Amino acid sequence: MSAHAIDRGSVPAGRQARPGLGRLTKVELRKMVDTRSGFWLLLAVLGLSLLAVVITILAGHESDRTFRHVLANALAPTGILLPVVGILLVSSEWSQRTALVSFALVPDRKRLIAAKVLAGVVLALIATVVGIILAALGTALASADIPHVWTIPVGLLGQDFLYVVTAMVIGIGFGAALLSSAPAIVLYFGLPAGLAALAAIHSIRGTIESIDPTTALESLTGSVFGAEEWGQAALTLALWMVLPLAIGLWRITRRDIGG
Amino acid sequence: MGAARKGKAGVMIEAEKLTKRFGGRAVVDDVSFRCEPGTVTGFLGPNGAGKTTTMRMICGFAGPDSGRAAVCGGRYRDLPNPGRRIGVLLDASAQHGGRRGREALAITAQTIGVEERRVDDLLGLVRLDKSAAKKRVRQYSLGMRQRLGIANALIGEPEVLILDEPANGLDPEGMRWMRGLLKDFADRGGTVLLSSHLLHEVDAIADRLVIIGDGKIVAQGSRDELLSDAGTLVRAEDAAALSGALGAAGHAAREAEGGGLLVDAEPRAVGVVARDAGIALVHLAPAGDAGLEQLFFDLTSGEKEEVAV
Repeated sequence: MSAHAIDRGSVPAGRQARPGLGRLTKVELRKMVDTRSGFWLLLAVLGLSLLAVVITILAGHESDRTFRHVLANALAPTGILLPVVGILLVSSEWSQRTALVSFALVPDRKRLIAAKVLAGVVLALIATVVGIILAALGTALASADIPHVWTIPVGLLGQDFLYVVTAMVIGIGFGAALLSSAPAIVLYFGLPAGLAALAAIHSIRGTIESIDPTTALESLTGSVFGAEEWGQAALTLALWMVLPLAIGLWRITRRDIGG
Repeated sequence: MGAARKGKAGVMIEAEKLTKRFGGRAVVDDVSFRCEPGTVTGFLGPNGAGKTTTMRMICGFAGPDSGRAAVCGGRYRDLPNPGRRIGVLLDASAQHGGRRGREALAITAQTIGVEERRVDDLLGLVRLDKSAAKKRVRQYSLGMRQRLGIANALIGEPEVLILDEPANGLDPEGMRWMRGLLKDFADRGGTVLLSSHLLHEVDAIADRLVIIGDGKIVAQGSRDELLSDAGTLVRAEDAAALSGALGAAGHAAREAEGGGLLVDAEPRAVGVVARDAGIALVHLAPAGDAGLEQLFFDLTSGEKEEVAV
């Protein structure tokens, strides 16, 4: 600690500047990887993606060993597990009570949540790129003799990214809506599973399937969407992304923190 | 100067008629006080008296039902980069258990735009050594968490410190260290508001005391002011007779902790009553510390009743 007198009021402009959204996003990215749980979750995502690639190129049919299929399989564990990192990014602020530190530094609560969503999007992008690299390595090693092995429509690459990023944003939404790690994780997996179970009832199957996020998400990595499929998937996924996030924002901005 | 200080000159923290209700009950009731530069204000009260809620309202975590709070001349949440002006420690346990101590500080530094080098200086200042800095916060004792929290509050070289029960869990050596740190901070022109439920923790450092009980301010002022208001401590060989005589003269008297009677009157008035009743006194003096302790003891015993309800 310096011994000089404490400046009052005459604070240099640089010190007073509001932290930029870019810097806050970087901080939130750091928070996703610097805890024990975050670190192991990301390692698990990487390990499972690698495993998916290896299994696909060793055991898959010739038609499955093309780059686009290897990539779809590589991204499947990412889409399932990565959102948990997103859930924890928000919910741990409450479960671990760090909200009392984070919002003391960034009192504009909407801004901090915006940084978390942006960080989630960036992590989803990184995860997609890692998936592409793993899938490319696997494809190059194992399937070089298959015709059109590298062919992938650009649209499908975009959908692959959309798959990961959508799952991530839904996860962040669940973390924000529930503000508690365990219930958020349980509901994130339980709610779609519960919906799928309800689809067994014949009379409401159509309605259930149209709002089932799992089907909509998984179809993203399957084939390039036409207009009708876009309409269907966009509506379902928007609902799952926007609704929890809106509930979360309402709770976070309205409620007293740290009770 | 100038633009940054729109509020009343010289007031860094200001609570004005702050009131907060939970389920109809006012947990903070019409609380007003001010903290000025160069001073340490001790915010004293038993657990559950409303200290934490008041401090959280000052820092924008909870909205008051009425009244207002200002820091550095404005609302906390309107400060663009509060970490560079106000160091806050609201709960030492509010750190991610799975994060390393040094990393927790590095996150704050990055958020408020301070070079990460400063983190190591601060770890040294709060005496967390290299091995402690590398440990995950889950493994920290409460005392270590307090040190980490104080380092976290100081990273941005703030002008104001707001610390909720920072001495909790510190050993006697740690308390002496913190006392020196806060005194030095105030001597250099900083403003400190710290809360405690133990009188002796803040008695030695606070220039001013704000005492809260059951949501209301019970007393506030400089230590000397409070001590002079504390009444008279008197001892007589025949305590019962003295008590009766004081009662007859209209002075409220009660038994003080550690013997004697605590009287709500000047020593002179008590002396006159004793003389007129022909009672020999053993001790007659301003109550001072004993009076402050009694005031505190009364608040604390009130709290116990509340818990039972």
